[in-house]
Amino acid sequence: MPEVLVLIDHVDGVPRRSSLELLTLARGLGEPVAVFLGNGYSNAREALAEYGATTIYRDDRAEYEQYAVVPKVDALAAVAGAVQPVAVLIPATAEGKEIAGRLSARNEWGLITDAIDVRIAEGRVEATQSVLAGNFTVVSTVAAGVPIITVKASAVEATPAPAEPAEVSVDPEFSPHATAVRITDRAVRGATGRPDLSEAKIIVSGGRGTGGDFSPVEALADALEAGVGASRAAVDAGWYPHSQQVGQTGKTVSPMLYIACGISGAIQHRAGMQTSKTIVAINTDKEAPIFDLADFGVVGNLFDVVPAVTERIRARKSAG
Amino acid sequence: MKIVVLVKHVPEASGNRVFSESDHTLDRTVSGLLSELDEYAVEQALRVAEAGGGEVVALTVGPGAATEAVTKALQMGAHRGVHVVDDAVHGSDAPATSRILAAAIARIGEVGLVVTGIASTDAGMSVVPAMVAERLGLPLLGSTVEFSLADAGAITARRDIDAATETVAAQLPAIVAVTDRSGEPRYPNFKNITAAKKKPIDTWNLADLGIAAESVGLVAALSSVVAVTQRPPRTKGEIVIDNGDAAEQLVQFLVGNRFV
Repeated sequence: MPEVLVLIDHVDGVPRRSSLELLTLARGLGEPVAVFLGNGYSNAREALAEYGATTIYRDDRAEYEQYAVVPKVDALAAVAGAVQPVAVLIPATAEGKEIAGRLSARNEWGLITDAIDVRIAEGRVEATQSVLAGNFTVVSTVAAGVPIITVKASAVEATPAPAEPAEVSVDPEFSPHATAVRITDRAVRGATGRPDLSEAKIIVSGGRGTGGDFSPVEALADALEAGVGASRAAVDAGWYPHSQQVGQTGKTVSPMLYIACGISGAIQHRAGMQTSKTIVAINTDKEAPIFDLADFGVVGNLFDVVPAVTERIRARKSAG
Repeated sequence: MKIVVLVKHVPEASGNRVFSESDHTLDRTVSGLLSELDEYAVEQALRVAEAGGGEVVALTVGPGAATEAVTKALQMGAHRGVHVVDDAVHGSDAPATSRILAAAIARIGEVGLVVTGIASTDAGMSVVPAMVAERLGLPLLGSTVEFSLADAGAITARRDIDAATETVAAQLPAIVAVTDRSGEPRYPNFKNITAAKKKPIDTWNLADLGIAAESVGLVAALSSVVAVTQRPPRTKGEIVIDNGDAAEQLVQFLVGNRFV
C-alpha cells in the first residue's frame, strides 16, 4: 500500500484538529505515516493511533521549538526521502505553507495549496481547490517529484480508525540554514472558548452595523454554538481582533451556515465567505450587496432582530 | 542598503476573472492593479529606507501590463523598478516564478532586505516568499506584523502564525513577509505621482537572468490542471422586511434547514 506522509501540527504535543483530518484524508490514499516534530509527543501518541497512523516518525530535539520552520523542512525532507511516499500532506497554516514552499523549492517537487479534497484517480494523486473567491473549482495533479499538498482545515471530517502504529525515532541532519531564524519568544494564543473560524460549522459575523457592540452577535453565536467573525470595517475600527476577520485579507471560511449581521458585503468580505453553504444576512440597507448572496435576508435592525432570534433559539433548545 | 520589494500585478477582483480554456492559465489581459497585500510590503520597504537610508527597488515578473504594479510602487515612493518580462514565462507555476525572482534579486545585487506581502490576491498561495528564501539561502520572517532593524545587520520581528505569536530574530540579508496588520500603506500624492514618471524601470528577460526558457512556463510546470469548473452564481434567496416578525421567519428558516 502506498504511504502518505502527514505532518502533524500540534500545540505542546496536542494535535490540532487539522492533523486528524489529514490522517483521515491520508487513509483514503494509502497508509498514513505521521511525522511528529517537537515537544509533547506523549500528548499526541494516542490521538495519532486513534486516527489511523500506521507509522509515526518522531523527533523531539530542541531545534524545532528554538528555530523557525527550516528544521521541520529538514526533517520532513529526510523522512520523505526514506519513505518515498505517494504524497506529503501538510496543514494549510501559515507555517505549513512556508514548510511546503521550502520543501518544494529544495527538491523541485510539485506543490498544490489549499486543497479541499485529495484523491487518487487514474493512478495519480489529484487535489481539488476552490479558487478566485470560490467561483471556480480546479482539479490539479503534480507532474514532478513527490506531490506536496497543503490541505485546508475542515476539508474532511476527522473520523477515528484505530491502529497500532510503529514508532520510529529519527534525528536527521539539520541543514546549515536551520538555525537562521531564532524564536526568542512564543505566546500561544488563548482559546476564545468558541469554535475556531476555520473549524466552525456555523459562524455569526458582525460588521459596521454593530457600531462596536458585538454582544448580540456573540449571544446568537453562543446559542448556535458557533464561531464569531468580524468584517474588516469592524476590525479596523478596533471592535474585534484581526484573528476573527473574515475576508480577503483575513480568513476564508466555508461553514454550513454564515450569518452576517450589519455587514454590507463588500467584495473583499464576500471573497472570504461566499462559498458558505447557507448565507443569512441582516442589514438595515436593502441595497446592501450582501443580499445578493443571501439565501435568507432580513432588512431590519440587527439590534431588534438578532436578540429576538437568539431568544427563540434558546427557548426551543431548553424546551428540548 | 538596497531593499527589494516584490510586487505582483493581478486582475481586479471586482472584474471578470476567468481561466483560459486552452491552457487553464488566469486571463491577465483584463484590467489589473498592484495586488493589495503588496501595498503593505511597499509601505514597509519605504519606512525602512526613510529610517535608515537605502534604495527601494520594486521587482515584478509578469506580462507587459505588470509594469503598472511597479509604477504604483514608484508612485508610493520606491526609487526604481525592475520588470522581468518574457513570453516564455507564461504559465509559470510558483516554483518557476520563485526561481525567476531569486535570479533577479541576485542580479540586482547587494540586497540587504527583501520585503513581500503574505500572498497574492489572485492565486493566494503564500508560498513564493518561502521558495525565494530557499533558493537564495536566506532567512524568511513570514507572517510579520511588525519588524525592526534597530541592531545593525540584524532583524527582529513579531509574527502571528495560527495558534501563536512569535518573536523571531535573524541576520541580514533576509526576507520579511508582512501582513495587512503591519501599517496602513500611504496614498501616492500628486508630487510622488509626477516624480515617479522620471524613475527608471529596467526591463529584463530570461536570458538576462541566465534562465533557460524551457525551465519555466507551462512546459516546465511541476503541477498541471486536470479540470476547471465554474460554479453557478448564487441565486438571490428570500428577503423579508422586518415588521416585528422577521425574527420568527428567520428562525423558521433555520429550523427548516435543520440548523436549530
